[in-house]
Amino acid sequence: MGFEKFGKINYTRETKVKDFVDHLSEGKIEATQCRVCKKLYFPPQMDCSNCLSSDQMGWKEITNEWTLLTYTKAYFAPTGFEEDTPYILAIAESEEGLKTFARLSKDVAEEKIAVGMKLRLVPVKLPNEKIAYEFKNAVE
Amino acid sequence: MSDVAVVGVGQTAFTKACGVSIKELCFEAFKDAVKDAGNLRPRDIDGSIICSAPEYDKQRSPAGAIAEYLGLNPKPTFYIESVCASSTTGIRVAYGLIKAGLNDIIAVVGFQKMSELSSSEVQERMGRGADIMWESPFGLSMPAGYALFARARMQKFGMTAEQMAKIKVKSSKYSVLNPKAIFQKEISLADCLNARQVAAPLKLYDCCSNADGASCILLATAEKAKKITDTPVKIIGLGAASDSLSLANKANLTGLNCAVEAGKQAFRMAGIQPKDVDVAEVHDCFTVAELMAYENLGFCKPGEGGKLIEENQTYIDGDIPVNIDGGLLGKGHPIGATGGSQVRTIVMELRGDAGKLQVEGAEIGLVHNIGGVGLYGNVIIFSR
Repeated sequence: MGFEKFGKINYTRETKVKDFVDHLSEGKIEATQCRVCKKLYFPPQMDCSNCLSSDQMGWKEITNEWTLLTYTKAYFAPTGFEEDTPYILAIAESEEGLKTFARLSKDVAEEKIAVGMKLRLVPVKLPNEKIAYEFKNAVE
Repeated sequence: MSDVAVVGVGQTAFTKACGVSIKELCFEAFKDAVKDAGNLRPRDIDGSIICSAPEYDKQRSPAGAIAEYLGLNPKPTFYIESVCASSTTGIRVAYGLIKAGLNDIIAVVGFQKMSELSSSEVQERMGRGADIMWESPFGLSMPAGYALFARARMQKFGMTAEQMAKIKVKSSKYSVLNPKAIFQKEISLADCLNARQVAAPLKLYDCCSNADGASCILLATAEKAKKITDTPVKIIGLGAASDSLSLANKANLTGLNCAVEAGKQAFRMAGIQPKDVDVAEVHDCFTVAELMAYENLGFCKPGEGGKLIEENQTYIDGDIPVNIDGGLLGKGHPIGATGGSQVRTIVMELRGDAGKLQVEGAEIGLVHNIGGVGLYGNVIIFSR
C-alpha cells in the first residue's frame, strides 16, 4: 500500500518503489541507481533490467534539468480526468539522459511552450491527499 | 516444410453498433471466409485462433464460446491478444503451427464488439492502455499518445496539419467505395482542418473511430491450398517486433521502431525491397500513423512521408497505393478484427477481386498492423 496516492487516478497499490511517494511529499524527486552496474532509473524501479540485480538499488536525487522533447494539448480525456481538460502532456529528457512523461503545469503560458524549452520537475499536491509531479518552466 | 497460403478471407461490415452477440458477429465473418474459399468443408479446419482485446469482452475466454458456435469443436482453439495487432499475431502463430506440421488448415478469427461497453467504460479502458504506474495517472489517451509523435514530427521534419489531413481525404475517397466501411461520406481538406481538436495537433478527422466487426482468414499448407482454391495467396515474409509501453522510453518519437524492425524482418524473409510492393495496407489509426508507416516501411525516406501524400503517390494509381480500402480511418477500427480486415483487402487485391478498388496487376502486397502506441508491430508480405 502507499503508491495509490501517486497521480489523480492510480491502478497500482503495491510496489517496491512506494517510498518514492513519501520522498515526493517531502519535496524530493528521486531516481534509483543500481549499485552493481550504476544504471540510473527514473521513474524509479527496484529491479535492474540491465544486470538483473534486485535489492541493490539506492535512491538518488536527480539533477532536475529537463528539456522538452514533445507535447500535446489534450481536449479529451480518459474517464476520471474529464474535468481537467484541456491539459498539456509532455515528454522531457534530463541532463543525465533520463526521459519522463508528465503534465506541463498550467502556470506555463501557452505561447511560451516550445520543443527544446528548459523545464524542472516539481511535486504537485492534488485533491484527496493525492500527489504527483509536473513540469514547470525552469526560468520562472 | 510446406509453404503457407491464404485460402479464404471474410469480414463483417464495420459498424457503430452491430446489434448481435460476439458469437454471431464472428459467425458472419467465418461463413464469409468459408464461402470465399470455395472447396473447403468446415470439418477440415483442424484448429482455430481467436483474436481480440479482452478488456472489451464480457465473455471470459471468448475462444471457447466462439469455436463452439462456429462448429469447430473438438479441434484445438485458443486466444491471442496484442491489442490492435491481435489478428496478425494470430496469423503469425497460425503460420508457425502450419510450418511445424502441427496443423494443416487454421481459421484465424479476429473480432471486437466495442459497443458492448458504455462510452465511459471504453474511455476508462483506454486510460489503462498506457503504463498504469507512471503514465496513466496523468490522464493519457490513445490520441494523445500519437499526438506526441505528431508534434515531434512537426518539429523535426516540418510535417504539417495539411499533410495529415490529406491522409484522411484519401481514406474517405476510398471508404465510400468499400461497402464494409463505417464512413460512407467524403471528407474535404477544409472539413479536416476545421474540425475540433482532440489532442493537438490531432483533430477529429485525424483519428479513426471505434467500431464493431469481425474478420476471418483461413490459412492452409500449399498442398491443401491447391485443392481448396484456384487462387491461393502465399505468405512470403513475416516480421514482428515490440517497443516500450512507456511513451517516455521510446527511443524514437518521429517514427515507430517496432514497425521498422518488423518491416526489415519481413523484407529479408521475402527477399524483396520496399519498392517491389505493389499495394499496402498500413495501420492508420491516426493520420500521422500512416505518414510514419510510409517512412518506417521504406516507401520513402524518414521525414518524407508528407511529400509522398502531397504527390498523391499512395493513391490507387500512384507509385505505392496504400489503404485503398479506406484504411482504419475510413473503415473503423474494431481492434481485434482490424489486422484480418487488412489481410482480406491485400488478398483480394492480389487475386484481382477488389472491384472498384483494384490496383491493376498487383502481385506483391504488404500488411502493417500495429498494437498500442507503437507497442507491437507486425508486417506480413503476400504474393500471388
